[in-house]
Amino acid sequence: MNPALLLIGACFLVAIALGIRARRGHAMTLEQWTVGGRGFGTIFVFVLMAGEIYTTFTFLGGSGWAYGKGAPAFYILCYGTLAYGMSYFLLPVVWRYANAHALVSQADFFVQKYGSEMLGIVVSLVAVAAMVPYLVLQLKGLGIIVSEASAGAISAAQAVWAGSVVLVIYVVASGVRGSAWTAVLKDIMILAVAVVLGTYLPAHLHGGFGAMFAQIDRLHPGFLTLPRTGMSPAWFISTVVLTALGFYMWPHTFGSCYTARDENVFRRNAVVMPLYQLVLLFVFFTGFAALLDVPGLTGTSVDLSLLRVTEHAFGPWMLGVVGAAGLLTALVPGSMLLMSACTILSKNVYAKVVRRDVPEAQVTWLARALVPVVALVAVLLTLRGGSTLVWLLLAAYNVVTQLFPALILSLPNRPLATRQGAMAGIVAGEATVVALTLTRATMGSLFPSWPHVITDLNVGIIAMLVNVVVLFVVSGLTGRPHRYLQTAP
Amino acid sequence: MRWYRWLAVVPAIGMLGGVPFANRVRPYVLGLPFLLFWVTAWVVLTSAIMWLIYALDRARERNAAGDRR
Repeated sequence: MNPALLLIGACFLVAIALGIRARRGHAMTLEQWTVGGRGFGTIFVFVLMAGEIYTTFTFLGGSGWAYGKGAPAFYILCYGTLAYGMSYFLLPVVWRYANAHALVSQADFFVQKYGSEMLGIVVSLVAVAAMVPYLVLQLKGLGIIVSEASAGAISAAQAVWAGSVVLVIYVVASGVRGSAWTAVLKDIMILAVAVVLGTYLPAHLHGGFGAMFAQIDRLHPGFLTLPRTGMSPAWFISTVVLTALGFYMWPHTFGSCYTARDENVFRRNAVVMPLYQLVLLFVFFTGFAALLDVPGLTGTSVDLSLLRVTEHAFGPWMLGVVGAAGLLTALVPGSMLLMSACTILSKNVYAKVVRRDVPEAQVTWLARALVPVVALVAVLLTLRGGSTLVWLLLAAYNVVTQLFPALILSLPNRPLATRQGAMAGIVAGEATVVALTLTRATMGSLFPSWPHVITDLNVGIIAMLVNVVVLFVVSGLTGRPHRYLQTAP
Repeated sequence: MRWYRWLAVVPAIGMLGGVPFANRVRPYVLGLPFLLFWVTAWVVLTSAIMWLIYALDRARERNAAGDRR
């Protein structure tokens, strides 16, 4: 067995051991995971928050896009920053309402605001639908890491099966809850790896950032700017705006804001969190260094660039360390997504559809039974494949962003939409997302003769427009909103 | 009237609105190609602007608390 696989295997065993220990006492829910253990000291919490934005997506996908696409990858640096700015105003309002009504889940918020249980079920289904591609993304990452560490001895498909078995074992071993300590271990490892790779590779292999970028510009003219067509500035701006709106619509991110002690937590976070995004620069640097050191990766294999350049520059031991860090970035969010998707399906969908009288034990049992089922669905979708990690995330964001109009319009004391309008908007928006995804439509294919400024726009704009128009039309037809709604004082 | 809260739209306008104009390699700033420098600078400025809004909000809340007393 080679050293890289050995290290990754050892790391997996440590993660499982921590997970089993977590059953006693120090357990963690999905909400707490995103908030980053409130029982810890200030510096510890900062480390957790800094690590929170690092999933397989940022780690392998971010460097992969810097390697394969160049400047369009910079969008990853922008959307979180703008979302944090928005959170300063959005989250305190959500928190105050959720606190006053003792809400637990994201679906509860919609149920309470619009006074409709049905809307809660729809929101839950949308959330699960968005979580599946996100889960597929983590599985793909696991597959890539294991397959690369084995130097090709294990194929990518075998590795995805192995990865999902690993994920299910991890979820089962650590119970319905994950381990806070695995999350901490993951965050520290990933930060260390990103900074070490991102500074060492450009400095020692290419004589500094400036020299590295100058060389890339010479070898690949136009790579460090957005192209005039395709992923042009119009694509960039529309993608950042759509993704920033969806940022807090994830059920785990949304729910995490319920657990804050007071409103000022969000305000301080909005000041500090943008700065943590800067660590993404090191991920980009790694991808750019890989472009010079291990050129020739194309298509979906650009996601391998970070691991390839690590092995090329440091050898198998470092590949093992980076692979182990990568394993945790897939395992921790992957297990949280899997667990919460199953919990939502059981608690917020099944129990609501059959109406009351479902014993708590049955809800828990169903949630557990769904773990392998949802994992299997994710595996089958992963193996159909053909998308890079970034495309998967963009697809997931298109689904989850459709919740934004109904949420934002519900915030005033007198909501600006009716329950029928909110529901119709979400359903119409999602139907459009599905249609666009299945037909692989782009603005260019829908409106071939329009100028590039329009045809380059992220096609998610169409779904958002359909959503908003349907929402307002149906709300208008179903009467004056506030008369039909429970409004909170 | 919390007029200063409108400052929060400045990062979005600066970061994204500037992209068509900042979409260039030269000049390199701190070793970064200009477009990357541009978005990075706005990440830092976003933090600074949010801090300013937070500081003004806090000052206002302290004043309001003082008036009540």
